[in-house]
Amino acid sequence: MTTTTTAVLVPLLPFLGAVAGLLTGRRAPGFVRPLAVLPAVAAAVLAVVVAWQQGGGKAVDAATRLTPTGSVPIDLALHLDGFAVLAAVLVGVVATCVQLYSTAYLRNDPRYPSYAALVSLFTSAMLLVVYSGDLMVLLVGWEVMGICSYFLVGHYWETKEARAASLKAFLVTKFGDVPFLIGIFALAADAGTFRINGILTAAANGGLAHPTLDALLLLAGVAGKSAQFPLHTWLPDAMAGPTPVSALIHAATMVAAGVYVVARLLPVFTASTAALVVLAVMAAVTMVGSALAALAQDDIKRVLAYSTIGQLGYMTGALAVGDRSAAVFHLLTHGAFKALLFLGAGVIIHAAGTNSLSAMARTGGLARRIPDAYWTMTVALLALAAIPPFSGFFSKEAVLGAAEHAARGEASGIPGAAGWTVLAAGLLTALLTAAYAGRLWLMAFRGTGPEAADHGREPVAINAVLWVLFVPALALGLAAWKLPDWFGGHALTPTLTTSVLGTGCALLGLVAVHAAWRRSRAVTAAVPMGAVAADPDAAPYVSETETIATHEQAYGSIAGAQDPGDPGRLLLGPLHRHAATGFHLDVVYSALFVRPTRAAARLAQFLDREVVETYVRGAASAPGLLGAAVRRAQTGNVQTYLGALFAGSVVLAVAAVLVATGA
Amino acid sequence: MTGHTLAAQAPGFLSPSGVEVAFLLVGIVTLGAALITVTTRQLVHAALWLVVALGGLAVEYLLLTAEFIAWVQVLIYVGSVVVLLLFGLMLTKAPIGRSPDADSGNRWAALTVAVAAAAALVWVVVDAFRTTWIDLRGSPQGTTKVTGDILFRHWVLPFEALSVLLLAALVGAIVLSRKGQGERRGESGEGEQH
Amino acid sequence: MHLVYPAVLAALLFCVGLYGVLARRNAILVLMSVELMLNAVNLNLVAFDVWLRDTLHAGQALTLFVIAVAAAEIGIGLAIVLLVHRNRGTADIDRLRDLKETPDDRPERPEQDQQKAEAAA
Repeated sequence: MTTTTTAVLVPLLPFLGAVAGLLTGRRAPGFVRPLAVLPAVAAAVLAVVVAWQQGGGKAVDAATRLTPTGSVPIDLALHLDGFAVLAAVLVGVVATCVQLYSTAYLRNDPRYPSYAALVSLFTSAMLLVVYSGDLMVLLVGWEVMGICSYFLVGHYWETKEARAASLKAFLVTKFGDVPFLIGIFALAADAGTFRINGILTAAANGGLAHPTLDALLLLAGVAGKSAQFPLHTWLPDAMAGPTPVSALIHAATMVAAGVYVVARLLPVFTASTAALVVLAVMAAVTMVGSALAALAQDDIKRVLAYSTIGQLGYMTGALAVGDRSAAVFHLLTHGAFKALLFLGAGVIIHAAGTNSLSAMARTGGLARRIPDAYWTMTVALLALAAIPPFSGFFSKEAVLGAAEHAARGEASGIPGAAGWTVLAAGLLTALLTAAYAGRLWLMAFRGTGPEAADHGREPVAINAVLWVLFVPALALGLAAWKLPDWFGGHALTPTLTTSVLGTGCALLGLVAVHAAWRRSRAVTAAVPMGAVAADPDAAPYVSETETIATHEQAYGSIAGAQDPGDPGRLLLGPLHRHAATGFHLDVVYSALFVRPTRAAARLAQFLDREVVETYVRGAASAPGLLGAAVRRAQTGNVQTYLGALFAGSVVLAVAAVLVATGA
Repeated sequence: MTGHTLAAQAPGFLSPSGVEVAFLLVGIVTLGAALITVTTRQLVHAALWLVVALGGLAVEYLLLTAEFIAWVQVLIYVGSVVVLLLFGLMLTKAPIGRSPDADSGNRWAALTVAVAAAAALVWVVVDAFRTTWIDLRGSPQGTTKVTGDILFRHWVLPFEALSVLLLAALVGAIVLSRKGQGERRGESGEGEQH
Repeated sequence: MHLVYPAVLAALLFCVGLYGVLARRNAILVLMSVELMLNAVNLNLVAFDVWLRDTLHAGQALTLFVIAVAAAEIGIGLAIVLLVHRNRGTADIDRLRDLKETPDDRPERPEQDQQKAEAAA
């Protein structure tokens, strides 16, 4: 098989698996699991084969002309370079892990067949985005991911939170997709082709007429998909979906798509200084804000969601300083350890019977109950906090190094301001990241209080997946010496200055949170709180559904908790209240968009009910009244009728005569 | 005084000849009789005044040299129709003498309509035929010979159709006025059943 | 002779008959008024026939036909009036109002509407 054929099979297999799963899921339940897992495994293996064959060498391009459009042609094009093949490997591996994990996690879920098919479809769409060499085809995968995320986030549609979250995810990402679509058209109109290669050539030759406009329009879609400020608000709410979905969508695939697209189209962005500055500011605000918010969240998955937003901020920051190698490197390591963190969080939620960190802090012995999750998550959290020698350290160092490089003005065409912005925000975020990672670990695994209920040992499928992901989370950082061959960029190895600074910040954050945790332990022990749903015999998803549905009643808010013993509260001080609600951005959006929309809807309803229907009712009642009046004339007296008849005839005759004589 | 001799007179507007004077006088009588017919409160008198009006019209036909029509008018209208009406009055037990409720409630509406119609018609007719004269000289136009000629030469088919119509009316009138024929048949049928 | 005289006389007779038709209560008097109207028309027909000197004398022929039809009409009309009088005990036209729109119909109408709606459903 040629590389091209293999590459075509990679997105095709999960797609066929999804179709087959949707068709046979109801009738043949026995085939559902193989149909879910095997295509994902095959796609992952083939993605590895493609990566091996491509080998970081020259990019492989293949294209078939789709229907002639008359103007800008649309090609079914493949573009396999180092970025694409490695991202595809990441997607394939994470999707395989998620499918395996789901077989155990959603064991008895009656909607598992459709769930598995949608996950397959989602994987297929992401692989299409990764491999596509044509923006229109990329957009197809992009939108399919949008609709799949809507269905998957709303998987627990019995709960109000899940319904609201799925709608919000869909609307917010679509809100970004409209400018994205326009941006694609503008880009294609400028470059005369939808092929990414053609666009990049045009950008390199200065052939783009409006690079700033194109870049900013694309940026809106990227912000929506990759959950960057100000369109990030859907991601924390999307944690109302099942945990494996969070791992797939919100760590490795969907949110990565935005970053990946910018990485592919980076020359378009570097052609416009304004776009780079906007990107840098966006990344900085996203990073710092999400890290502060993560420090205040009570829901373990929301902590991870905000951390995802922050890590994506690192990636966009790397892109803002023009270093896509660093961005994609961080994308790869982050995909590995964040998937591990989410899947581990699912295990914790199941074992603890709650998703609230406050409740976990008052539960003892959680680490002993789930040793696999404990050890793997510890490593993943250390990677997240960028402590050497774990993978996150190397990729984050690459980003900070690139920022420092740009800040010193050594990168051509990159404004120094963008470099400084990213560097400063990155260092601050490194401190905060270490703090919330430490807080999560301390509250989840170092809780004191009554022992957690015994849910037995977790299934092999779950633990095996955790250990599989453990390997890249631990060691993917070593790829820093190998990846430049694939990416064709400069070295990604850590530099001394940023390493010391970044690690120092991270250690500072860890120390601070540990001190705060020690101080607040007494309070934690004194104030009992929390609600725990223990379902030792049920599948893990049951605990999750219950805990999502009850979090707001038990703790007063979907995001935070009124826990005085929370080290995050101690660290943030007065900021905590704002950080817990995501800095009130939802309130602002509600005032800006939701309420005007509701008011417009009410106005339309009023106009319809009271104005339009008045005419309709009038059209009915006026003839009714007229009929009543005419019925009065129906006296039954023939002479009356005749009199009226003759009177009318006289009038008509006179009128006719007058007209005829021209009077 | 026949139409032929009267027709020999010379016509002239506002210089009335004998025919015109006679026509006007008889016309006034006819109109007056007709008015009394529709306004009198004695029902039988109405029928009798109708005789006067119809007779006056017969005279007008004569003055217009239509002899045959005049005699048919006398024969059929004055002779048979009025007699039929009188029989009808009697059979419906119409009161002899003044009946106060001879006119219905919408008399004034009827008067309005009639006066309006009269005004409109008279205005139109006068406006249209102000300067038109009938030439009554020459051969009379409605002698029995002439009428017979045209009736049986040109109007035979309608004439025969009319006879069928009269027959149908005759049969219809008999069927309608036979007393309770259907009821009697129904009674006899019931009798047979019992 | 001036054509206006017979024409005006005919018009006036017609309107007198019209008044009678509209104002009289007794059906037989109404029939008399109808005869007056018919005769007014006859006068017009004769007068115009004479004025036009029609070789076919269509006006006079039609007058004869009208007279015959009037005779038939009066026969049938009287028979009907007799029948009505026999059945109802009156020959007053303004008491024959069976086709009147009575207020009693009103409560029935919604039910009918409902039945129609049900039938349509």
